[in-house]
Amino acid sequence: MSDELKDIVLNYVTKEYLEDDSEPLTYETPLISGGIVDSFSMVSLKRFLENKYGIAIPDDEATPEAFDSVNKIVSLVQRFVAKKG
Amino acid sequence: MAYSDKIRGTYQTQIKGIQDAGLFKQERYIHSPQAADIEVEFPAGSPLKKVINMCANNYLGLSSHPDVVKAAHEGLDSRGYGMSSVRFICGTQDIHRELEQKLTEFLGTEDTLLFPSCMDANAGVFEAILSKDDVIISDRLVHASLVDGIRLCSAMHDTIKHSDMGHLEEKLQLHADKRFKLVVTDGVFSMDGDTAKLDEMAALCEKYDAMLLVDESHSSGFIGKTGRGTHEKCGVVGKMDVITTTFGKALGGASGGCVSGRRELVELCRQRARPYLFSNTIAPVVVAGVLKVMDIISKSTERRDKLERNAAYWRKGLTEAGFVLREGDTPIVPVMLFNAKLAQDVSRALYDEGIYAIGFFFPVVPQSQARIRTQISAGHEIHHLDKALAAFTKVGRKFDILGKTKQEIIAKYGM
Repeated sequence: MSDELKDIVLNYVTKEYLEDDSEPLTYETPLISGGIVDSFSMVSLKRFLENKYGIAIPDDEATPEAFDSVNKIVSLVQRFVAKKG
Repeated sequence: MAYSDKIRGTYQTQIKGIQDAGLFKQERYIHSPQAADIEVEFPAGSPLKKVINMCANNYLGLSSHPDVVKAAHEGLDSRGYGMSSVRFICGTQDIHRELEQKLTEFLGTEDTLLFPSCMDANAGVFEAILSKDDVIISDRLVHASLVDGIRLCSAMHDTIKHSDMGHLEEKLQLHADKRFKLVVTDGVFSMDGDTAKLDEMAALCEKYDAMLLVDESHSSGFIGKTGRGTHEKCGVVGKMDVITTTFGKALGGASGGCVSGRRELVELCRQRARPYLFSNTIAPVVVAGVLKVMDIISKSTERRDKLERNAAYWRKGLTEAGFVLREGDTPIVPVMLFNAKLAQDVSRALYDEGIYAIGFFFPVVPQSQARIRTQISAGHEIHHLDKALAAFTKVGRKFDILGKTKQEIIAKYGM
């Protein structure tokens, strides 16, 4: 699931936040600390992941740090998917 | 007192960091009334210099209009200098309510509430009308005061790419489960000078049962055939649920703002909006001045018509000279320079030529989008614009940017 999930997140972030002439993202590109995604705009990514994977990420876990790269987001989602069992 | 050397040193380091990054803002002292021709002391201590102002929000040229100044004097004499109160204790005069009624009529809404500024209107409106069960969907380029107001509110906040109606529709669908949805945009975007697609936004809001809020600070008084704003230009007067706007730009330029819109929403602002409840009423002298402005612009479209002609003349002149401009048809005409230092250097060179126009760069605009934002006024005459065009051309030639593309300017000066 990990690779597929990585690509799903990468594609969503690219489509949602990047302008057409932006540099392409990597799995490690800093999203929030790098100024690509502001903390407001995280909301749609969070809702997208919650809807797609049937999970609920509490606000205190959906921190800017936890959403700061594709790899970090994938770890967060995997943790909640595993909890769901 | 505990302002230790350690505390002072920390703040001094922060200030030096701003200076070292080339982001330090320095005020220029104006010794004359606001107008097309002003006298400026810059740098501090220098002799006064007569320059043409190309960066004021004085769109209609009413900031120092004799009729407005006279009305303000009369207001001062008849209603006094200050009220020493917030509105709901003992700070509401008859003229405050008179101005609210005139604004309601002018903007085509149901009711209006004055605020000390539009910054305050935007700070107060969201918290007053929304809760954690709601969602706000805003354009990513809305004004900082809207962003701050949204931050003060418990509603969920999501954003859309600038003026992307497909993206807005996706977001309205994504948040369909929320109690209320409020879509938020500027009417005219202050840094780029482009106009919101309010007709399309209103149609989408109707389709998805969402409310629509527009900040008309850079459009009230001159956008649309009779200057009512972007909603007039887009043919959707009466369909805006909330309009916020300022009197600090075209409408006399002193201070003050308002929330105007659906009766219940305005009433909730009167009951709950913290900047309304806990900040002083607008001074009577300002209210009297804005009332005169409303009279002037309600009787004649002469000033907004002249502004439209001036803006078209200016945009055409800069285009023919070979500058890269942001596209648009408003009096905000950004001359794109992309590099922050270049924007500051061009601004300084223009000043030497007698033209006052400021460079804007990150964080006020996105990285690599530094610019000189020029703003046209009905107070400008053609001779002002011709002199400014000559100066821009001379400076543009000096920096070798005329006729150059974005890529060529970036290649020469960097991002």
